Amino acid sequence: MIGRQAKSFLRVNLKKFSFQRLCRIPAFLLLLVCTLPLSAIALAQNGGELRFCLRSEPKTFDPVLVDDDAALGIRYLTGGVLVRVNRHTQELEPELAESWKVSSDSKQISFQLRHDVRFSDGTPFSAEDVAFTMQRVMDPALHSSTGDAFRSGPGSITTKIIAQDRISIAFPAPVAGLDRLFDQVAIMSAHSPKKEGAVLGPFMVVEYKAGSSVRLERNPYYWKKDSQGRRLPYLDAIHLDIQPNRDVEMLRFRRGELDLINALDTDYYDRLAQTSPQFVHDAGPSLDSDFMWFNQVANAPIPEYKRAWFRSANFRRAISEAINRDDIARIVFNGHAQPAVGPISPANKFWFNSNLKPEPHNPQAALDRLKADGFHLQNGVLLDRNNNPVEFSIVTTAGTKSRERTGVLIQEDLSKIGIKVNLVTLDFPSLLERISQKFNYEGAILGFRNVDLDPNGQMNVWLSSAEDHAWNPKQKSPETAWEAEMDKLMQTQASAPDPKKRKQSFDRVQEIIYEQVPIIYLVNHDALSAVSGSVAGASPGVLFPQTYWNAERITLSGTATARR
Amino acid sequence: MNAARKVAIAVVVIVCALSLAANRLAPDGYAKQFREAPSAPPSRAHLLGTDELGRDRFARVLYGTRISLLLAPAAALVSTALAALIGGLAGYLGGIWLKLARAFTDLFLSLPWLFLLITVRALLPLNVSPLVSVLITFFILGVLGWAASARVLSTSADALRNSDFVLQARSSGLDGPRLFLIHVLPNLKPVLYAQFWISIPVFILSEANLGILGLGVAEPLPSWGSLLRELEGLISFREEPWRLVPLLLLIVVMTSFQLLLSDKEVTA
Repeated sequence: MIGRQAKSFLRVNLKKFSFQRLCRIPAFLLLLVCTLPLSAIALAQNGGELRFCLRSEPKTFDPVLVDDDAALGIRYLTGGVLVRVNRHTQELEPELAESWKVSSDSKQISFQLRHDVRFSDGTPFSAEDVAFTMQRVMDPALHSSTGDAFRSGPGSITTKIIAQDRISIAFPAPVAGLDRLFDQVAIMSAHSPKKEGAVLGPFMVVEYKAGSSVRLERNPYYWKKDSQGRRLPYLDAIHLDIQPNRDVEMLRFRRGELDLINALDTDYYDRLAQTSPQFVHDAGPSLDSDFMWFNQVANAPIPEYKRAWFRSANFRRAISEAINRDDIARIVFNGHAQPAVGPISPANKFWFNSNLKPEPHNPQAALDRLKADGFHLQNGVLLDRNNNPVEFSIVTTAGTKSRERTGVLIQEDLSKIGIKVNLVTLDFPSLLERISQKFNYEGAILGFRNVDLDPNGQMNVWLSSAEDHAWNPKQKSPETAWEAEMDKLMQTQASAPDPKKRKQSFDRVQEIIYEQVPIIYLVNHDALSAVSGSVAGASPGVLFPQTYWNAERITLSGTATARR
Repeated sequence: MNAARKVAIAVVVIVCALSLAANRLAPDGYAKQFREAPSAPPSRAHLLGTDELGRDRFARVLYGTRISLLLAPAAALVSTALAALIGGLAGYLGGIWLKLARAFTDLFLSLPWLFLLITVRALLPLNVSPLVSVLITFFILGVLGWAASARVLSTSADALRNSDFVLQARSSGLDGPRLFLIHVLPNLKPVLYAQFWISIPVFILSEANLGILGLGVAEPLPSWGSLLRELEGLISFREEPWRLVPLLLLIVVMTSFQLLLSDKEVTA
């Protein structure tokens, strides 16, 4: 009886069990399939520590005094700004300011601030902090390079707190591209006892070991949330090793000890691409360029006949035509560079003058142009009208392989039109002394690392009175008509409130540089970076900081986290 | 002569002969850029492949060897001559001269020679041909590299000054430069030879160091230093083992120079 009842019970339940089980298995599998990606995302978003290298010691953690790459990177990760230039679209986006308005004369800007924002120590954010920060930025005693960009005329700024969430800032003279300059202004707390330690960015500095590392941890009060309402950043921490040696950086990346390499050299890029092509990224031409120029300083200790060559636009243009930029890009940079047109890279979407094309390599045209200036070939040697053989030296930095190789290619290119080039590599201090103090050089090859999209950042190069006016600095008055025109155009673009008018002026500046060739632009390097497979959400771009510009949305996979 | 010395002589002779025959063995020269074939692997046209700029590596190794092997001994000669003059004479004269020379030598030895070289090089005129620049580089190496040898020579000359045969020569009325030239200098020969042979690899390596810093021989002229720069940052040799040839050549030649010293010179 018991046995029968038990059997029937078992049978019924077995049937039930079998039926339920049959229903449950697909349901379970369906659930599993659906939840796996979710759990993976949850795992990926579940903190972790991102690791990469700073190539030098940060000189300061004070966002107002930042001037070096390492400190710039830390300021980007820790500083909260009112507006941010999107590193992909290059458009200005609201951050701590919900909206802003620039006056028609470009002398004033007012911000409507975001509510319920707190610094990393819990101190509330208000218009007072913006006013405090701007006063510090513009304090002449601090010599802030961030503040220099706002100084367009004599006088001081006025900040007017309209309400806790509204502020207006007035400048003594029009400031071109005023709103975009606030991308570099990290807001500091006026009241926090932690001073620059209280930040509004996604991360905050928690530990600094001089010469070794900087550790950042997530800001618990960071205001930004993702589309699902989750508070950013996803990462728990960022560990920044101070490592100037690129070989060591590369080795550690290969070992999986680092997650990112922010700016890769072409050699390293290609080596890594051979073994791990999925880790390397070529984001196309960056803002950086290599170029050469000739010494045109009136009292430079060089022979008079050489100064006459260097001051001739025909001569400079001919040299430019004789240089094979395609070969430089292909051989020196293994194809990770583009022939350059001028001071603005095609990567700079708004300011690049797209009517200009890179100077084509044409040795015959170069010779024809030189003949117009009285140069002639004799037994394969180019002579000037007084029969002086055309021979000059080009200095460049010792140890920078790409520039040395570029110099060797130029040496060969120019030898084809009878010009002898002596390439001299010098240690950087000696080079700097020659090109900026003693002017005891003939030609030079250097590079320009540009982080600023706005041409205002190049005022120190293009104004004839500027110290960095490479070919002939600190002129009391412009020595040539085209330099006078450039001065005028640069000042116009710096003061015009209308971006279109500014663009017109700066387009003309680019045309003058193209025609007069005071600087022979060679190539724009590609923005190369490496991102390990354990990192998700990174989207390397061409603008600084290439790999971690969206650090608050970067996640690490569970395996990478576990590995550490 | 032991077998190792014979092998060393053979190696040095063969390497020298090959480098002197560079014009015939590599008629394209060291500077020609085969721009369509940069970083090419070894082939019939390029026995050791091409460098990053498409230049024939075999030609560059031969010409680089010629430059380093010709100029390093020349620099060694300059430095040994200076060492003999300063150290030998000071040791021979003794007393205050010896003390002064030693103090000066010690001061010179304490200078950071690499920075000194970089500074001196930065002061040189820019518009000199690569050949002149290489001569200048090795001359500077020679002029700055005498101090260590001078110290050894001063000690040896000091010992000779008080030796019986010099005292006997003095008592016979021989003095001054004649005594130095006839009795002291010939007895310093083993030390001088040893210092000369030891200096050669030192100067080759010094130039290589400068080359690695990009401050050695001016482009497009090759030297062992500039050839070794190709290895900079190389992580794996398995993929391009031919790039190791300049390094292997340097090691073989340096070792041979060490083995060239006779027992007497080693003792000295």
